Amino acid sequence: MFRVTRCYRFPASHRLHAPQLSDEENRTLYGKCNHPFGHGHNYLLEVTACGPVDDSGRAVDPERLDGLVERQVLAEFSHRNLNEEVGAFQGQVPTSENLAVEICRRLKRHWSEVFPGEWPRLDRVRIAETARNIFEVKAHEIQ
Amino acid sequence: MLITRKVEFSSSHMCRRPELSEDENRRIYGPAANPHGHGHNYVLEVSVEGDPDPVTGMVLDLKELKEILTRQVVDVYDHRFLNYEVPPFDRIVPTAENIARDIWQRIEPQLNSGPGRLRTVRVYETPDLYVDYCGEQPCSA
Repeated sequence: MFRVTRCYRFPASHRLHAPQLSDEENRTLYGKCNHPFGHGHNYLLEVTACGPVDDSGRAVDPERLDGLVERQVLAEFSHRNLNEEVGAFQGQVPTSENLAVEICRRLKRHWSEVFPGEWPRLDRVRIAETARNIFEVKAHEIQ
Repeated sequence: MLITRKVEFSSSHMCRRPELSEDENRRIYGPAANPHGHGHNYVLEVSVEGDPDPVTGMVLDLKELKEILTRQVVDVYDHRFLNYEVPPFDRIVPTAENIARDIWQRIEPQLNSGPGRLRTVRVYETPDLYVDYCGEQPCSA
């Protein structure tokens, strides 16, 4: 069994602000991340799929994975304001935890369009907001 | 506890199967099917699992692991055209997956008599594409 990981990069902006909390509570909780006009990151996304090798000697066709990530993630997130332009973040704070979950959901939802067989399966999504802050979800944990 | 040693090697390869047509090879492998070959700076990370020895405080002497990797992998793969010079890649396609499995098979017998147990072979074909092989069982890490 193999795990194949592909890395992608996208810049995007966000602002952390929970509408359930007061302005003062938001400032205390999120600090600089709550500044009203938002700020950006160069996100580094790692997508891992797992499976046995097929006749081609590969467990994953990286071109197909690239196409899926391009359509479902990069085309919609890259060079965007996540709060303003991504529907999923109209109702929830675009923390990188929520971003990892949203990316994982999108990939799971459309996985069978590019990988219709039993293998490969989506294994995990890992997102680095900066080089020091890294968030990871296992695909089986996400609905 | 998991300990990891990293080594590098630079090799050329091509991904194509002789029983397939040129068009099929291009469709499956894309530019990697170029019959003249191309190269990568491969990075290999080998992780070994075990408990630190109560006297030495080490799971395994990383110097020994480095020597095994140098002898079994780097000396064999580095600055070689894998398809032509490194069996079994005269018979199987040197994808990153098959390279990871071949490395596992080369080093596992050297490690299983020692104090650590081989856990993962990770091969970076480029900084943006890597493969983990953990033997035939599913990778848990």
